[in-house]
Amino acid sequence: MTKYITVIGLEVHAELKTKSKAFCSCSTEFGGTPNTHVCPVCLGMPGALPSLNKQVVEFAIRVGLALNCEIKPYNKFDRKNYFYPDLSKNYQISQFDKPICEHGHIDINLDGVEKRIGITRIHMEEDAGKLNHSGASISTSDSSSVDYNRAGVPLIEIVSEPDMRSAEEARAYLENLKAILEYTDVCDCKMQEGSLRCDANISIMPEGATEFGTRAEIKNLNSFRALVRAIEYEVERQKEVIEKGGKVVQETRTWDDANGKTLSMRSKEEAHDYRYFAEPDLVPVDLDEAWIERVRAELPELPAQRQARLMEQFGLPKYDASIIVASKAMAEYFDEAVKNAQDAKGVSNWLLGDVSAYLNNEGISISEFKVSPAHLAELVNLTKEGVLSSKLAKKVFAEMLKEDKAPKALVKELGLEQVSDEGAIMKLVEETIAENPQSVIDFKAGKDRAIGFLVGQIMKKSKGKANPGMVQKMLKEKMQ
Amino acid sequence: MKLYELTAHELHDKLVNKELSSVELTNALYARIDEVEAKVNAYVTLDKENALLQAAKVDAKIAAGEKLPVLAGIPGGIKDNISTLGLRTTCSSKMLSNFIPVYDAHVIEKLRADETIFLGKTNMDEFAMGSATTSSYFGATHNPWNLDCVPGGSSGGSAAAIAAGEAIWTLGSDTGGSIRQPASYNGCVGIKPTYGRVSRYGCVAFASSLDQIGPITKDVTDAAIVLNTICGKDEHDATSLNVEVPDFTKALVQDVKGLRIGLPKEYFGEGIDPKVKAEIEKAVKKYQELGAEIVEISLPHTEYAVVTYYIIAPAEASANLARFDGVRYGYRNMEAKSAPEMVTMSRTEGFGAEVRRRIMLGTYVLSSGYYDAYYNKAMQIRTLIRRDFEEAFQKCDVILTPTSPVVAYPIDGKMDPLQIYMLDVTTIPVNMAGLPGISIPCGFVDGMPVGMQLIGKILDEETILRAAYTFEQATEYHKVFAPLGGNNND
Amino acid sequence: MKVSAEEVKHIAQLSRLTVPETEMQIFTEQFNQILSYADIMQKVDTTGIEPTPYVLPITNAFREDIAKPGVSHEAALSNAPAVENDGFKVPRVLE
Repeated sequence: MTKYITVIGLEVHAELKTKSKAFCSCSTEFGGTPNTHVCPVCLGMPGALPSLNKQVVEFAIRVGLALNCEIKPYNKFDRKNYFYPDLSKNYQISQFDKPICEHGHIDINLDGVEKRIGITRIHMEEDAGKLNHSGASISTSDSSSVDYNRAGVPLIEIVSEPDMRSAEEARAYLENLKAILEYTDVCDCKMQEGSLRCDANISIMPEGATEFGTRAEIKNLNSFRALVRAIEYEVERQKEVIEKGGKVVQETRTWDDANGKTLSMRSKEEAHDYRYFAEPDLVPVDLDEAWIERVRAELPELPAQRQARLMEQFGLPKYDASIIVASKAMAEYFDEAVKNAQDAKGVSNWLLGDVSAYLNNEGISISEFKVSPAHLAELVNLTKEGVLSSKLAKKVFAEMLKEDKAPKALVKELGLEQVSDEGAIMKLVEETIAENPQSVIDFKAGKDRAIGFLVGQIMKKSKGKANPGMVQKMLKEKMQ
Repeated sequence: MKLYELTAHELHDKLVNKELSSVELTNALYARIDEVEAKVNAYVTLDKENALLQAAKVDAKIAAGEKLPVLAGIPGGIKDNISTLGLRTTCSSKMLSNFIPVYDAHVIEKLRADETIFLGKTNMDEFAMGSATTSSYFGATHNPWNLDCVPGGSSGGSAAAIAAGEAIWTLGSDTGGSIRQPASYNGCVGIKPTYGRVSRYGCVAFASSLDQIGPITKDVTDAAIVLNTICGKDEHDATSLNVEVPDFTKALVQDVKGLRIGLPKEYFGEGIDPKVKAEIEKAVKKYQELGAEIVEISLPHTEYAVVTYYIIAPAEASANLARFDGVRYGYRNMEAKSAPEMVTMSRTEGFGAEVRRRIMLGTYVLSSGYYDAYYNKAMQIRTLIRRDFEEAFQKCDVILTPTSPVVAYPIDGKMDPLQIYMLDVTTIPVNMAGLPGISIPCGFVDGMPVGMQLIGKILDEETILRAAYTFEQATEYHKVFAPLGGNNND
Repeated sequence: MKVSAEEVKHIAQLSRLTVPETEMQIFTEQFNQILSYADIMQKVDTTGIEPTPYVLPITNAFREDIAKPGVSHEAALSNAPAVENDGFKVPRVLE
């Protein structure tokens, strides 16, 4: 059977976090009554003209630099012509042949293997409005109503090279890209709400082939899960088509998440002639070196740099560091917690372990996590100092999830303080030795197992609160 | 003399001296409109009630001794492709026959700030696509010099309104000659400023890289006065120039001594009516008498101007007019079962034949496979046309040409689209290069006015105003009033 | 003939227009007449000539990122041929 190689390129649209729209001064605020954040420009009223929001250019430069792109000082806008009711001018202002950024890359790491994914270009453009359908879906609705509140919200489109070879690589690329967009503070990156959107160009070719196969463009991928499932489905679909002697058609398909399928969108194909030409209502952008260099100087720490710093400054293993930096909020939580913690690896263990498990379970993000970084640090410190055993620490953590109280206070409240008082422990040691003469004989005969039994007995008596290290030490001394 | 025969600067003096009130003046203009509008059809919409309210406000200010701008209380007309808040703006199209704008164009804001009076919206070729004002959904405008003739276009209503005494000043828009050519056919002064001098915000776009708003008036002084109000940087129009606006009335001095006037030989060849040519040659002599130096120049790519224009302008128009889809405003076919069908039917029924033809032409030249052969090639030739002017202006300060190769022709004259397009050869190159150009009256052929075009360097409106003013003051053509002869057979 | 009636139909579709069958012949003829005239452009050697999409050499016209109120909801919808749920109502979007 023929083996196939999967070829994937991603086109990612990110809504920029500006206060006003790309080409008019309307608010970009999300939600609200339809058609309340609109003006003659974004409604496409006769005679209205666009004027470019400077912040859009600033953000595009910032992302371009973060993605290792060449910033093109001379870039310009074009009109992309197509009719659709959510597009108020029936053309979209975009950038065609002279985008603001080109030739960048992102390095991904899968199972310890580094791979560089090329970025072809980044360009600036405007979002369309929204269709609210009268029925359950577009196909079952007799009418729709158009809301232009989102029309004109600035977007950047980041186009990758067809460098990915598996769904997992695509996921890793998108995760990295999302982290960079968060770190550079240009986008909310809420895939469910559509502030970060992803289309995938997918093709397959027989192993050894030199030319890519015909690609399908998959739209409507609004989660990482959807991206992975859609790629896996689409690859199988294309294999089936080819193996049945058919040909893959170049087309746009949409991901149907409920049914786990990609579906052809013939209607969007019908007029694929966008008739791009230079937007005569806007003048070209001509960036001076000083602007680009200022943005470069002001670039925040990026995930890769942060990962290196966590490894160097705190001695975290690469695995830990990479997971922590993947989310800006997680990395910020770590940085905050570690300020007060005596054990950075301890903080990392908590974040990667119980904290992540809890967040996943609740389906929330770390920014919604109730436990403050300072309290988590305190919990780490109590363990480090031997006040809490790891078992008891989990108990305290469970309480903290109910109410964000200081762990020290909780330890007291619950009476969980470890007993490290020598006299008290000595009393338990003596009692236990007296009760278990046979074990003492065994110990003296060199049977190491006996000591474990005795420690267990003492811990039971102390209800788990005796300091296990001290118990062991004092027990040995007593029996020598 | 009748009030409607006076100029804005003359009327301003009368208002300030309290010889006349703005209400009286405004009423006089509406009386004149009542008298002649049935024959001329210069207006699409009149706004008497608001005009009189505004006039009364100005009168109150004059009574209170306030100092007012020259245009305060002076009634004018606005081409119907310029957005006026609350006042119907149709572009003379069925598509917008019920459209009430929710905002003012930048020039309207400026004119309102000057307390001027808007009598109404003037007729035009549908969406400014034409040069005869015959394609209006609201009927053709007739030339007040001979009602059987076209007034030119596309700002035919704005020019005819001046000639017929139905407005003291008007605004037009000029994409390939749409101010200058009707001004010439109606014996008026019309100026297309440098591209970017006047904000286009609120002027319904035809071809964005060529469109420019400008005044049509009875004399050069009024043109300078209106320019003073409407020019200047507007942050809503990225292409408006951030340069200081001079007081254009300061340029109105009678002096052309030593001024080098270039005559491009390509504008005087075949295609020009010999009688028109003779009138232009008389004007050239006059300039020589006045002390100007005449130099022959060449603009070698002139013969390609029309063809490149009829590629570039429709291309831009095909996108500019895409927004007229029946979704948010304008005409909608209510029977259509789906949105795509609704859009297609609304556009087909809402646009006239010439507009549909140009949209399709523009779509074609931009479409995949034809872009390079047509659109890009035209844009390259545009570069050559621009360079022609740059070189010519090494040898001269202004360029003098006929505004149109002909005078106003009969309305029912049978010409195919291409023949009509060719008549724009004298005005189009100016838009292609973004230059300022003015048309002023310089003679008559068979009782119809002849216009002379003066073209200036980028942002050098002052020199063409000075040259125009000097000629005007030395001649009487601008003082002849249109007879309203002939018949309107509509 | 540069374009056939069939191509004219395609261009019309891209333009969201229709040409009535009765006008198709004359329309196609006039369309071709204009396009044939455009052939004179081929006489001009434009090798190495930059196109002029912008007539003036200006760049960098920006607006500061400040949100300002636009038009009211009522004004936005005031010219709408049909309104539903605070939006511009259109018939079914799919053909």
